[in-house]
Amino acid sequence: MTVSRPWRIALRVIGLGYLAALLLVPVAVIFYRTFEHGIGAVWDSITTPAAISAFTLTLEVTAIAVPLNTIFGIVMAMQLARGRFRGKTLLNALIDLPFAISPVVIGLALVLVYGLNGWFGRSLADAGIQVIFSTPGIVLATIFVSLPFVVREVTPVLKEVGDEQEQAAATLGANAWQSFWRITLPSIRWGVAYGVVLSVARSIGEFGAVSVVSGKISGETETLTLLVEKRFSNFDLAGAYAASALLAVIALVTLLAMTMIKPRREEEEH
Amino acid sequence: MLGLGVATLWLSIIVLLPLAAVVVRSTDGGFSTFWDAVSSRQAVSALRFTLLVSLLTAAVNAAFGTLIAWVLVRDRFRGKRIVNALIDLPFALPTIVAGLTLLTLYGPRSPFGIDVAYTQFAVLLALLFVTLPFVIRAVQPVLIELDREMEQAALSLGANNRTVFRRIVLPNLVPAILSGAALAFARAVGEFGSIVLISGNIPFRTQVSSVYIFKQIESDAPISAAATSTVLLLVSLLVLVGIRGLGRWGARHDR
Repeated sequence: MTVSRPWRIALRVIGLGYLAALLLVPVAVIFYRTFEHGIGAVWDSITTPAAISAFTLTLEVTAIAVPLNTIFGIVMAMQLARGRFRGKTLLNALIDLPFAISPVVIGLALVLVYGLNGWFGRSLADAGIQVIFSTPGIVLATIFVSLPFVVREVTPVLKEVGDEQEQAAATLGANAWQSFWRITLPSIRWGVAYGVVLSVARSIGEFGAVSVVSGKISGETETLTLLVEKRFSNFDLAGAYAASALLAVIALVTLLAMTMIKPRREEEEH
Repeated sequence: MLGLGVATLWLSIIVLLPLAAVVVRSTDGGFSTFWDAVSSRQAVSALRFTLLVSLLTAAVNAAFGTLIAWVLVRDRFRGKRIVNALIDLPFALPTIVAGLTLLTLYGPRSPFGIDVAYTQFAVLLALLFVTLPFVIRAVQPVLIELDREMEQAALSLGANNRTVFRRIVLPNLVPAILSGAALAFARAVGEFGSIVLISGNIPFRTQVSSVYIFKQIESDAPISAAATSTVLLLVSLLVLVGIRGLGRWGARHDR
């Protein structure tokens, strides 16, 4: 199809115009609104005790959820790419569930299992463990929502790479552990990295599921995204913008990492 | 085999057990309580609006997504790589920030004087934002792989551009467009963070199911919330099954 120049430019203008109105201008405005009263005010509002505690909690939760999902993701991907067992199709479909389910439903699901009136609520309370309205609940919600990323990025790479090298290593006397560290992992590392970046972004940015299970106790169970909402509801617009800008910067860094890793991951796939 | 066992157990504890709890506990008060919760006027109205606005979102982004994918693959202009990287922004930006951002630009304090906050259009806008990448990222690779010799052959045989697009390009893209749109639809049905601020949550008008469920949880009616959630779960499952079917159809199409 050879599209004439005027048509090509018209399509370009429509496409880029849509992107500008939907993506670019809104994000530019958030930075403008954040810094319109000077950088000092912004600094003050992202260094209040509540903000620092929210930031720390968000990082802690991410630091727990992402490694667990990475290990699960690699193990599961190896089974899906290499294993032969009954129910593989079903398992493959089940992994996508967290992508398709509303975050609010995910939060509710955790409350119904671990909340005071939940399936395990009573026994957990008797054991002195609080999950809902506490950090473990936030961690569980975050693990749930970011579960599929690493699996989904690593499985196609593993399929593409094949297992000839691993078999060669095995005939040369390498054990499973050596073969994994020396051969499998190096050949999928960019796929893993891409999945980890996506998991980190989702973990830091999760709002719906966390908002149901957190209880939103300032300085204790309030994550960065919850802080944005609370400040907005309390008419602290400048504060909400400052926290949003911080999250937007994290998103831009994520985007940069994605752009840098993507070509390498695609190389692995070919 | 140990790996498979542990991974499946982990998936069961983290994902399947909680979801089972939603379905099982939605009938805690018997089937009539479940049915009352699901068929209450507010729940039905929220679900109807959710499905309609999600369908519209999927349709609009199917059209614009295909167009943008075409521009990114076939057109040449400065800064294309940056634009291409920015497409993923909605995946990287927290949804609550997306909501606040859109409210700032298209809300009461809009610098352009466009105020659509707390309307059904605002919900559509938020959903268009968060689901933007799906169709683009689904269509792009297919368009890159598409054999241009087929198009040239058609042109040399006297077909005009319109015919080439309708008979050759579009049929090759349809499976990708549909599966991207289905993903966008699934995401839109469950979306919460970007909508909660901008929708104003007006019952019978801008209230979507996820926000309705959230309000039910807040007003301490978890069983009723579970009932509506079960319906949403069913919708998600249907869409997932549909996407799998599309994937198989697309794979057959390739050969």
